[in-house]
Amino acid sequence: MDPLILSRIQFGANISFHILFPAITIALGWMLLFFKLRYNATGDTAWMRAYFTWVKVFALSFAMGVVSGVTMSFQFGTNWPGYMETVGNIAGPLLAYEILTAFFLEAAFLGIMLFGFRRVSNRIHTLATVLVAGGTTLSAFWIIALNSWMQTPVGFEMRDGVAHATDWWAIVFNPSMPYRLVHMLLASGLTVSFLIAGLSALRYLYGDRSESMWKALRTGVFTAAILIPIQIFAGDQHGLNTLEHQPQKIAAMEANWNTGPNVPLVLFALPDEAARENKFELAIPDGASLILRHSASGVVPGLNDYAGNHPPVFPVFWAFRIMVGTGVLMLVVSWSAAFFLKRRHSLPRPLALVMVPMALSGWLATLAGWYTTEIGRQPWLVTGVLKTVDAVGPVAGSQVALSLAVYLILYALLLIAYLGVLVYLALKAAKDGDTSPLPGVLDAPLSQPAAK
Amino acid sequence: MTLDWPTLLPLIFAGLMGLAILIYVILDGFDLGIGILFAAAEDAEQDTMIAAIGPFWDANETWLVLAVGLLLVAFPLAHGTILTALYIPVFLLLVGLILRGVAFDFRAKVPAGRKHRWNRIFFLGSVIASLAQGYMLGIYVLGLDVGLGGMAFGALVALCLAAAYAAMGAAWVIYKTEGELQKKAVLWLRRALVLTALGMVAVSLATPLASPRIFDKWFVWPAMLYLSPLPILSAVLFAWLWRQTFHLPKADDRHSLTPFLTLAAIFTLGFAGLAWSFYPFVVPDRLTIWQAASAPESLAIILAGTVVVLPIIIFYSFYAYRVFGGKATDLTYD
Repeated sequence: MDPLILSRIQFGANISFHILFPAITIALGWMLLFFKLRYNATGDTAWMRAYFTWVKVFALSFAMGVVSGVTMSFQFGTNWPGYMETVGNIAGPLLAYEILTAFFLEAAFLGIMLFGFRRVSNRIHTLATVLVAGGTTLSAFWIIALNSWMQTPVGFEMRDGVAHATDWWAIVFNPSMPYRLVHMLLASGLTVSFLIAGLSALRYLYGDRSESMWKALRTGVFTAAILIPIQIFAGDQHGLNTLEHQPQKIAAMEANWNTGPNVPLVLFALPDEAARENKFELAIPDGASLILRHSASGVVPGLNDYAGNHPPVFPVFWAFRIMVGTGVLMLVVSWSAAFFLKRRHSLPRPLALVMVPMALSGWLATLAGWYTTEIGRQPWLVTGVLKTVDAVGPVAGSQVALSLAVYLILYALLLIAYLGVLVYLALKAAKDGDTSPLPGVLDAPLSQPAAK
Repeated sequence: MTLDWPTLLPLIFAGLMGLAILIYVILDGFDLGIGILFAAAEDAEQDTMIAAIGPFWDANETWLVLAVGLLLVAFPLAHGTILTALYIPVFLLLVGLILRGVAFDFRAKVPAGRKHRWNRIFFLGSVIASLAQGYMLGIYVLGLDVGLGGMAFGALVALCLAAAYAAMGAAWVIYKTEGELQKKAVLWLRRALVLTALGMVAVSLATPLASPRIFDKWFVWPAMLYLSPLPILSAVLFAWLWRQTFHLPKADDRHSLTPFLTLAAIFTLGFAGLAWSFYPFVVPDRLTIWQAASAPESLAIILAGTVVVLPIIIFYSFYAYRVFGGKATDLTYD
């Protein structure tokens, strides 16, 4: 097969697998800090129990993130040498800063955060948690800066076919960067909230009514209920930003074939790229014009303006709809759960049953969102600078096929094992309830604040 | 050679990358080695061995990301050339690192009955990663020769590097444990040393023989004189360490860290020899560090961050090793 398409599938598979774990660790770090600070403030050991349950998930997710991240740093060279040859002067420093300022901060203090509770003072342990959480977020900052620059490149000039930086401030804070960063950080927050809420709901269904379960459940549900409307607003702003800087992506997301006013909002369709039209279209009249231009007669860009130079319509159109649909579902579930927890101090069983599969809704929405924006950037690797086809390396298709097949099998197995362990940890916590011994918390009055 | 920034920056980055690779080989060397030694250890011993590396391995592996990252960002042309030439071994290395990295965490979190499976995966991943690194070193030393002879030589170096890592692992176990396991580790160390020495001799001979340019760098008067301490010192350290393995462990656990430090010194000497051989090339006999480097202004930006961050990283690495210093005890989250 063609090494280009195989390399693309392989990179897509790797980065899809990778993003699942940072999506958890970025926000879970802060969530753990919250548990820790609540414990520091109240001395309530249930907070520490929640911390210890979720720090294991953090450790596992972090390990998965590290190993799949190492893979990424090699693949730039093995599969996409043209990328660094063309824009290395800009991508290089951003990647370097990601590794330097962030990766190390996380990796070095992780040991203390995970295993150091009984070895260092409570203050240092809290500090280690802060640094790990800050490190994951800084990591996200730099990598999002690079990704956004590839979407909306500015602050550089081309000399002999190679990009040279002229304004680093403009490169880092490029037009789409603030929107994408906020959107991604909120996505991570939602992923973790639903994961915690979902696994706590699983514990609830297994009869666990322990204080640590309630605390985790409430934290997950309330955080989700607060973040989801903010995320919907941030996503809308990001869409308007994309309309300004990458109109062809919006045209594909809306499956709008012709530029013009009064563009409908397509709810369902099977976009047919050969015929350049939508099959089985179900649409709200003037909807897209209203959302994107705030006027029924607003002109929305269409794919006809970008013939041969726009992304494949079908995957972008559907990935976007899956993301938005999941978001709406998240709003409904988190607000209902928040209502019952706040007003009734209980959780109806059917709602708990829905919340368990919703534990993975964050992953689904995050992946769908990234597919929208990354496939939506095609055929460009760096918009207007480098096409994906020109970056692929001189490796034989058979070699890429071999590595791709093994990666796919490996990732599938690891994902199954990962989810298996999450469920096992949740059920184990459900069985232990508030009874498991906490030697580090209960028996160390000298180094820890006295427990209640 | 004039000393201006466009000349200096690639030189500095070559130095930093070399430093990162050396630190990686020493640090991840011992935890990969412990993975290899898993095959020879009992169940309870395996838990102790994991406890000896548990708090460090994430950070250790990150040095590889930094080394490859520096190659990627400072010498993008070389990154592409080397990694496309080594596509399959790089792929195997990554599979190995993935397997061992996750096995590390899974083995502690799955139901007790499944632990054995992840122990085996941990061993397998460590072996694959070590062999792949050795194979890549062998091929690189021969100037990225992927012919039949190159592959055979790569296989030899692969075996020897795995042995060298096992030796590092054994030395770390000697430092971090006591009693029966410590005695066992001394035996492991002695056996692994034989292959380690063989590997170093093989690489040291093959490097100059494969490239007349490197031959001329070593075997001319008076460079030969200045360079002679490298092999002589290595040989002396090897012989000394070999003798030590008959006397360890000593009373009061004296010198328990010495084998590890000695091995680290040997690795450093071997690495210095390789660095001298290949300088100024980053892709042997094809691309010099100046031909492969990014634009000076980009390197300057990276350097600014590096000089601030690298000392901090080194400082808190020491701190982390101190917090988890002493003999390994059970690792607990709570």
